[in-house]
Amino acid sequence: MSDTVLQLRDIEKHYAGPSGKVGAVAGVSLSLSPRDFVAVQGPSGCGKSTLLLASGGLLAPDSGTVSVAGKDLYAMPTDERARFRAARIGFVFQQFHLIPYLDVLDNVLAPTMALPMADGRRKALGLIERFGLGHRLHHVPAALSTGERQRAALARALLHDPPLLLADEPTGNLDEANGDAVLAHLAEFAKAGGAVLLVTHDPKAARHATRTILMMDGRSLPDEVRQTPPREIRPSHM
Amino acid sequence: MTIWRLILREISHRTIGFALGLLSVSIAVASLAGAMTLLRAHDIRTEEIVAAKEAETKREMDKMEDDYRKIMKNLGFNVLILPKDQNLADLYADDFASRYMPEAYVDRLAKSDIVTIQHLLPSLQQKARWPEQGERTVIVIGTRGEVPYAQRTPKSPILDPVEPGTVVLGYELHRGANVKPGDTVAFMGRRLKVAKCHGERGNKDDITAWISLREAQEIFNRPGQINGILALECVCAADSLDKIRAEIAGILPDTQVIEFSSQVIARAEARRRAAETAYAAIESEKQQRARLRAARERFAAMLVPVALVGCMAWIGLSTFGNVRDRRAEIGVLRALGVRSAQILAVFLGKAALIGVAGGVVGYAAGFAAGATWGEGGPASALFQPPLLAASVVLAPLLALVAAWIPALLASQQDPATVLREE
Repeated sequence: MSDTVLQLRDIEKHYAGPSGKVGAVAGVSLSLSPRDFVAVQGPSGCGKSTLLLASGGLLAPDSGTVSVAGKDLYAMPTDERARFRAARIGFVFQQFHLIPYLDVLDNVLAPTMALPMADGRRKALGLIERFGLGHRLHHVPAALSTGERQRAALARALLHDPPLLLADEPTGNLDEANGDAVLAHLAEFAKAGGAVLLVTHDPKAARHATRTILMMDGRSLPDEVRQTPPREIRPSHM
Repeated sequence: MTIWRLILREISHRTIGFALGLLSVSIAVASLAGAMTLLRAHDIRTEEIVAAKEAETKREMDKMEDDYRKIMKNLGFNVLILPKDQNLADLYADDFASRYMPEAYVDRLAKSDIVTIQHLLPSLQQKARWPEQGERTVIVIGTRGEVPYAQRTPKSPILDPVEPGTVVLGYELHRGANVKPGDTVAFMGRRLKVAKCHGERGNKDDITAWISLREAQEIFNRPGQINGILALECVCAADSLDKIRAEIAGILPDTQVIEFSSQVIARAEARRRAAETAYAAIESEKQQRARLRAARERFAAMLVPVALVGCMAWIGLSTFGNVRDRRAEIGVLRALGVRSAQILAVFLGKAALIGVAGGVVGYAAGFAAGATWGEGGPASALFQPPLLAASVVLAPLLALVAAWIPALLASQQDPATVLREE
C-alpha cells in the first residue's frame, strides 16, 4: 500500500465563461505524504480553491487524476465517493460553514450523518475538549467567537480521523492570535501523521507549512516550490 | 446525528417558516374536513327531518285511521244484505225490502270467518200505519240486536238491542205521541214501554220505531224471517264492494249486497289522498335536502381544490425558499460526505412532518368548524375516522409532492459551486 495520502496528476480544470472556457487549473501535479503540511499560495483567482475542491472529490477535473490513499476519487460512483470523503477527508473553510441551528456538539457530530460512528458522541466530546470548547458544548455558532467557530469546524473535520485535511483560507476571518492557533492545530495534525493541504493567500500562514507551492494562472511555479521548516507554535485556545 | 434530528433542529430554528407551512396545510385540510363534516351534519339533519316527518305522518295516518274507524262507526251500518230476489227499485221507493229471508242467515254469517264486514244486525223492516196514533205512517224496525261473531273478540255494539216489550221512538213519533222514556204507549195492539226517544235527525229515522225482532215478526206475521241484515263495512274493504259481495255470496248465495253511506268511501279516499300528500311532502323534503346538499357539494368541490392547490403552491415555494436559504449548509453537508439522497430526505422529511402535523391540526379545525357551524348532530356522529386517517395520510403526500421539485434541486446542488461562491 502506498504511503501517499494525496496524489494529483496533471490536473486540468476549466470553467465556462461568457467568452468561452476559462482555465482554472492547468496541469498541476502534487503529492502529499503523511506529516506533510503543504501550503498553496497565490493571488485570488489563481486556481487554489479549485485545486482544493478537486483534491476533496467535490469537483471533477477535466483531465488528470486525484487519488486519496491510493484510490482514484473520480473513478468511484458518486455515493461511494461521498462515503469515502466522509471517512478520509476533512474540510476546513474560511467561512467555517457551521450549521447555524446546531449547537457545537451537533455540529461536530454532523459528519456522522454521512458515516455513522458507534462512539461518535464520545469522540466528539473529546475533540471539543481538546479544542477548548467544553464550555460551549450547547452553544450555537452565533454565540461563539470566530476563533471558537473555526476550532469547532476543525473538530468537525477531525471526527472521523481522516488522513487528509483540506483547509481553504482557514485563517481568513480570524485575528492573528486565533489564526496562529488554528495553524498550530493543523501543524499538530500533520505532526501526528496526517497530511494537510492549506490554501491561502496569507504569506504568514505559509510559515507553518512544511512545503509551500505558489500558483499563478492555474499553474504551480516549480521554481517557487520550496521546503520550509515548520515554525514551532504551541496550539493555544483564544 | 441523524436526518430527523437535523430536521427537528432546523424546524425549531426556523419556526415561522414551519408555522406558515403548517398553517397552509391546516387550512387546506380544514377546508376538506370542514366541508365533509358539514355534509355529514347535513346528512344527519336530513335523516332527522325525514324521520320526524315520517313519524309525524305515521301518527297522522294512525290517527286518521282511528278517526276513520270512529267515523264509520258513527255513521252506522253501511252495508245491507238483502234477499237475492229483492227489487232494488222497490226498496228505494218503499224504504223497506219486500222480500224475506231466513233469520238463520245472520247466524250463518256470524259463524263464518268473514272478514270484510262486522257488526251484524238482522232486521225486519216494514212501513206501516200506527192505528193508535191516527194511522200515521211509521217505519217499524224489528231487531234482536247485533249478533256476535263466533270467531272474534266481541266488540261494543253500534246499536243496543231492543228488549221485548219496549220501543225506541224517532223524534217525530215521540213528539207526536207526546211520550217520553218510561211511558207506556199503545203500539199496534200492544202496550210497549218507551225505552228511548231519539233526538231530531232530519231523516226517515224520525218516523222509525224500533222494537224487538220477535215482536216485529209477530206483528207482521213473519215468524223466523227477516228482510235485511245491516253490517258495517270493515276498514280493510272500504274500497272494495266487490270483495264484500264475493265473500258474502260464498256464504249466503241467496242474497245480494248494497252499500250506502258513501261518505265513508269519500273519507277513505280523502285519507288515502292525505297519505299520498304526506308522503309526497316527505319526498319533496328529501329532494329539497338533496338539492341543498348538491349545492354544498359544488361549493366544496370548488373550495377544496383551490385550498389544496394554494397549499401545495405555498409548500413548494416555501421549500424552495428554504433550499435557497440553506445553500451553504447543503454544500458543506455534501463536503462532509452526506449523499444527495440524504439531502433529498432532509427536505422531504420536513415536508412530511408539516403534512402530518397539518393533517391532524387541519382535521381538528375543520371538524370543530363543521360541528360548530353545521346543522347539528352529535360530535360522535360527525366524527369520521376514515376522514381523519385520509387527512393524516394525504396531507403529507400532498406536501411531499409540493416539496419534491425544490428538494430534488437541493439534492442535485453542486457542492463545489456553492463552496466556491461562498
